[in-house]
Amino acid sequence: MRSDVTTRVLGTLSIAALALLAVMALVVTPADVNQLDAVRLIYIHVPLATVMYAAFGVTAVASVLYLLPRTRARKWDVLAGAAAEIGVVFTGLVLVTGSIWGRTTWGVWWTWDARLTTTAVLFVLFLGYLALRRVGGDPDTQARRNSIAALAAGIDLPIVHKSVEWWRTLHQKSSLLDEETFLHPHIHGSMYWTVMLGIGAFLLLFAWLLIHRYRLAKLEDRIEDEDLERALAERRAEALTGSP
Amino acid sequence: MAGKDLRIELRSRVATNQVGPFALLVLILFAFALDPDRGVLGQAAAGLFWVAVLFCALLAIQRSFAVESTDGARDNLRLSGLDPAGIFLGKAAAVAAELAALEVILGTGVVVLYNRSLHGPVLLVVTCVLATIGLAAAGTLYGALAAGLRVRETLLPLLLLPVVAPVLLAATRASEAALGTGSGDGWAWVRLLGVFAVIYVAFGVVAFGPLLEESS
Amino acid sequence: MDSVVVHLHAAVSLLGRFPALAGVDLDVAAGEVVLMQGPNGAGKTTLLRMCAGLVPVVDGEASVLGHDLRRDRRSVRRHVALLGHATGLYDDLTVADNLRFVARATRTASPVSVDDALSRLGLAGRLASVQAFRLSAGQRRRVAVAALLLRSADLWLLDEPHAGLDADGRERLDQLVADAAGAGTTVLVASHELDRARALASRVVTMAGGQVRANTPAGVVGVA
Repeated sequence: MRSDVTTRVLGTLSIAALALLAVMALVVTPADVNQLDAVRLIYIHVPLATVMYAAFGVTAVASVLYLLPRTRARKWDVLAGAAAEIGVVFTGLVLVTGSIWGRTTWGVWWTWDARLTTTAVLFVLFLGYLALRRVGGDPDTQARRNSIAALAAGIDLPIVHKSVEWWRTLHQKSSLLDEETFLHPHIHGSMYWTVMLGIGAFLLLFAWLLIHRYRLAKLEDRIEDEDLERALAERRAEALTGSP
Repeated sequence: MAGKDLRIELRSRVATNQVGPFALLVLILFAFALDPDRGVLGQAAAGLFWVAVLFCALLAIQRSFAVESTDGARDNLRLSGLDPAGIFLGKAAAVAAELAALEVILGTGVVVLYNRSLHGPVLLVVTCVLATIGLAAAGTLYGALAAGLRVRETLLPLLLLPVVAPVLLAATRASEAALGTGSGDGWAWVRLLGVFAVIYVAFGVVAFGPLLEESS
Repeated sequence: MDSVVVHLHAAVSLLGRFPALAGVDLDVAAGEVVLMQGPNGAGKTTLLRMCAGLVPVVDGEASVLGHDLRRDRRSVRRHVALLGHATGLYDDLTVADNLRFVARATRTASPVSVDDALSRLGLAGRLASVQAFRLSAGQRRRVAVAALLLRSADLWLLDEPHAGLDADGRERLDQLVADAAGAGTTVLVASHELDRARALASRVVTMAGGQVRANTPAGVVGVA
């Protein structure tokens, strides 16, 4: 499979950006007063979360595009699946980095912070969606079912977010006040720009991964279509030999 | 459509003979796990009630679609000329009715077994109504999504439960306010339940038709 | 053109990815009774289901009762009645319950009432209040045929309708088909019961390999 100019450029850019990010994150920016070096996790945690939302967005938009009669095309379903696969991985990483962050700074593996909890729910939603995609059937039926499932989960996410946020702010105890600042530390100066750089770098990476995964899926589809041509011919030949 | 589903229930008595007792069993098991003497059970009563309702909802929805998976029933529904939106609303209404009946049983169970008293009955009733509508709508939608698939039994909980998590959250908080075990504005949570219900009824009405269209 | 009830030309239909119909040509005029024969797996069932609007048509021309099956197959459904292999009865409901549901769901006012349908199929009386799961296969078939009557459709699609029916059931079914044809209903029958069905039919169509191989008026003796 040849990679064209777009992906080569994307690939190179993302590697360069990631390298720069590594330098900035580990060497150049200062450690935080409270959290010391652990704060450096923010340089991947936040970008990972951004990509997670981006992937979710792509899946949702692609599903809508599939369902609208004017733009209906199998490729949207393929794209939705590719984005979801990447998304679930990044979501898992968000949970892991969040957990590590909590552990190194605070000593706990998990905290029921509003955002982290919503992320956990999103993770399970992704998993369910991917499980549904694996179930067989003819491609159009599958695509339709997948798209509807994606949207049904998608409209739920804002509700989940709002309700969890509400829930956690109502239960603010004084000791958790630190939790708020710890999870959303004050970012300024070089740290801010590094986070921005991180977001950019990871988005490039996401685009690169998405294009490749999408192409792979399209190739898989093409193989199946060709099988269909063959099956059609065999079916017709059946009648001549007289065996069903 | 709802009439048909309810008549099936009447004749087969699955909800009354199986799901109802299951609900009570769940309450009892919670008591075993949480030890009534430690006071935790009383505090958690509202939450446990809604978790039990969720499990019953899963069963009710499985049953609702198992009925339609008999040989050719789905074809017949498509051929019948019934409007898919109507089929959705009918099935959801039947599920909601069954859930409502179960909630009454569970509610009495909670009051009796866990020794709670009622402070805000109106709040409680409204909470139950809205939460039930939301659960029935989202459940019927996902039931249709998973219907006819070989892995239906395991897929439905995986798909449905995360989606209705906000309902669990909101309903519990509102119920706690009604039972006097929680602080906070129960009515704000009720608004959330209302939003959820409206969104999923609307979505279900629109999405049910396409979902029914599977060449079986 | 109004009298052409079914028009198919090079119609292709897929079951999953399998081409069940690989290019079917068939024209059926109003009031005809067409017998379809052919080996198992030839595509007869798929053809009937396609005409009912249940199966998508991916290539060729296909129209039934004036509805284009490629663009909008849903609208044709309420105008046809399909008797398939499966009966689609709700097991927990009684015979009468099941039929009443069909009657209520079919919104057009039907000249046939539930009691009417029950008696014409020999289901009246005690049998009507038996729950469907207790019925034998033949009895379930009868209920399915009764449901067919209730729909008052212009096109009947019968897939091996005699299967499982006893002699009395077969007599009743044949009579119903004859009556319907006399009243102008078009009937497509797929059957292996060639002698029986041939007596009813005005035309015989042979299928194999997802296509129509032969199409002759009944009464012409051909090599089957």
